[in-house]
Amino acid sequence: MAGLRLIVRLQVDWQTLLTVNLPILLFVIIGVPLVLIGYILGTEFLVKRLPKRSQPSFRPWVWVGPAIVFVGLILVYPMIGTVVRSFFDRGGNGFVGFGNFVRMLTDPGILIVLRNNLLWLLLYPGLVLIFGLLLAVLSDRVKYEKPVKSLIFMPMAISFVAMAVIWQFVYYYRPPDVPQTGTLNAILVNLFHGQPITWIQDTRFNNFALILIGVWGGTGFAMVILSAALKGIPGELLEAARVDGATEVTIFRRIILPLMMPTIVVVGTTMVIFALKAFDVVYVMTAGNYNTDILARRMYSELYNAGNNANASALAVILLLAVVPVLIFNLRQFRAVEARR
Amino acid sequence: MSVATAAPPAAPPAAARKATRWSERISARVGTAGLNVAVIALTLAWIVPTLALLINSFRSGGAFNTSGWWTALAPPFSFTLDSYRAVLGASDLAPSFFNSFMITIPATLIPTAIAAFAAYAFAWMKFWGRDWIFLALVGLLAVPLQLTFIPLLTLAVHFGLNSGNTLPGGLNAGFLAVWIAHTGYGLPFAIYLLANFFRVLPADLFESAEIDGAGPVTVFFRLVLPLSVPALASLVIFQFLWVWNDLLVALIYVGGTPEVAPLTVTLTNLVGSLGQHREYLTAAAFVSMAVPLLVFFTLQRYFVRGILAGSVKG
Repeated sequence: MAGLRLIVRLQVDWQTLLTVNLPILLFVIIGVPLVLIGYILGTEFLVKRLPKRSQPSFRPWVWVGPAIVFVGLILVYPMIGTVVRSFFDRGGNGFVGFGNFVRMLTDPGILIVLRNNLLWLLLYPGLVLIFGLLLAVLSDRVKYEKPVKSLIFMPMAISFVAMAVIWQFVYYYRPPDVPQTGTLNAILVNLFHGQPITWIQDTRFNNFALILIGVWGGTGFAMVILSAALKGIPGELLEAARVDGATEVTIFRRIILPLMMPTIVVVGTTMVIFALKAFDVVYVMTAGNYNTDILARRMYSELYNAGNNANASALAVILLLAVVPVLIFNLRQFRAVEARR
Repeated sequence: MSVATAAPPAAPPAAARKATRWSERISARVGTAGLNVAVIALTLAWIVPTLALLINSFRSGGAFNTSGWWTALAPPFSFTLDSYRAVLGASDLAPSFFNSFMITIPATLIPTAIAAFAAYAFAWMKFWGRDWIFLALVGLLAVPLQLTFIPLLTLAVHFGLNSGNTLPGGLNAGFLAVWIAHTGYGLPFAIYLLANFFRVLPADLFESAEIDGAGPVTVFFRLVLPLSVPALASLVIFQFLWVWNDLLVALIYVGGTPEVAPLTVTLTNLVGSLGQHREYLTAAAFVSMAVPLLVFFTLQRYFVRGILAGSVKG
C-alpha cells in the first residue's frame, strides 16, 4: 500500500517537474541575464540624458543599486529586525528588556550548549590548522603532492549531510558479541581487543566524534591556503639555512612558521567563524541529543520546533555577539591590507 | 615581503656532497621513508571513510548490516547496483536531484550577475561612501545567517513566498524564496571576490578605451568581463557548491515540502529514517555527491584560485 502511494505521488511529481518546473528553470536561465542587461542598458540610457556634470555621481548607484537592494533586504534589514525582536516577548508586542537573554542563559540545557560551542571553538580551528599545516608542509616534500592534496581537499566539495552519512559508517556500533561493521569499532575491537564504543551516544566521546567530522571536512581548505603561502617562501632562504647547518625542525620553527603566521591567522579566524556557525553536522548526526547541542542548532529548534521567536532571536543575537570579535579583527586586517595598497 | 637579508647560497654543492657522511645519508634515507609513510598514512586516513561508503553502496542490501566494508574486498566479489536502482526508483531522491538544480542554477546565476555590476562600480567608479559600504560588506561576511531568518520568514509569508503557494506560471513559491535568500547571502562574498580581481586589471586599458569613446557599458561587457573569466569561473563554482551543499537555508525556506526539497534535505530525512532505509542511504549519499565531485575534480584549479583570492587577501 505504502509503496503504491509512493509511486502514484512520484508520477505526479515528475509531471510537475517536467511540464512546469523545467520550462520555468529554462525561462529563468535565459530571462535573468536578459533582465539584468536590459536594466543596465536602460538605466545607462537614462543617465546619458542627464547633464554631463551630474552623470558621474549618478552612474555608480545604477551599478551597485541591485546589490545594495538585495543586501539591504536580505541581510541588513533582518539583522536589525532580529536584534530589536530579541528585546520583545513571544508575540513581538511587549518590551521585555533583557528578559529573553536572561531566560535563555539560565535555561538548564544552555550550559551544555555553551560548553559544546566552546569545544567547537577551541578544537575545530586548532585541529584544522594543525592537520592543514602538517599536510601542507609534508606534502610539499613528496613527488605525489598533487593527488594527495586533491584527495585531502575532496571533502570540501561535498555537503555536511553527505559527510555525516559517510561518518555514520565510521562510527557505527554493534553489540560486542557480533562482528563490528563500523570502521572505528572494528579497529578498536580487532586490533586493540577493546570493547566497542557508541561514539555518537556516549557523552564522553560524542562531541569529539562530531568535531572530528568537521575537521575532516575543513582541513583541505586550510591545507590549500597554507600550502600556497608555503610555496611563497623564497627557496633560497631555506637553502641558506640548510647550508648553515640548521635542522629541518629548526627551519620550520624559525623560518617557515613565522613567515606563514599572517596566513595562519587568516585561516584561523575563518575557521573560528565556521566553528561558531556549525549546524549541519550536529543537526544530521544527533539532532542535538546526547548532550551535543550547539547554539546554531538550538536556535533552529527554538524557531521551528518550539515556534518561539523571542528565544530564537535572543540566541541569534548571542551568536552574533560571539562573532563580533572576529568581525572586528577581520575589518582591521582588511583595512591594514588596503592601507598597504 | 621586501626584506632580503638572507645571503645567497654560497657553498658549492659538490663540496657539500663530499662532506656528507654515511650516517647523515642513512638518516636522510630514514627521514625520507618516514616522510612518505606519514603522508601516505594521513592520506589513507582521509579517504578511508569515503571509500568505505563507496564500497558499501555497491554491496547487496543487507550485506553491510552484518559484515564490514573491508570483507567485500576479498573474493568472492559480489557487487551490485541494487542500492542505486532502489534509491533512484522508489524514493524522493530523483525529484530532489532535479530540485537541487532548480534551486542551485538560478541561485548561482543571479548573485554572480548582480555582484559583477556592483564589483565594477566598487573597483572603477568613485562615489560617496564607497569605501565604507565595501567595509560593511567585508563585515557582513562573518555575520551568522541565523540573524536573518525570523524577519525574512515573516516577509516571505507576507508576500506569499512560503513553499506550498503556487505563483502565476505554476512555480512553487518556495523556489523563489530560496533564490532570493541565496542571492542576498551570497552577494557579500561575490562582490568581495570580484572587486578584488577587477581592481588589479590594468588601468591604461580602461583609459584608452574611454579615449576611443567607449562608455562604461561597453568597457564592462567588452573588457572587464572577458578579462575576468577566471575570477568569474571560481565564483560560479564556489556559489554553485555552496548552494548545492546547503542544508540550513533550504530547511528554513522550504522546510519539509518534498516538492521543493533539494538533495541535502531529502538525504537528511533518509538519515532520520535510518532504521528502515539504511540500504538506500549509501547510494543516496553518492547520488548527492556526484555533481559536486564532478565539478570539483574537473574545475579544481578555479576552485582553489577562488579560495586563495577569497581569504589570503583579506
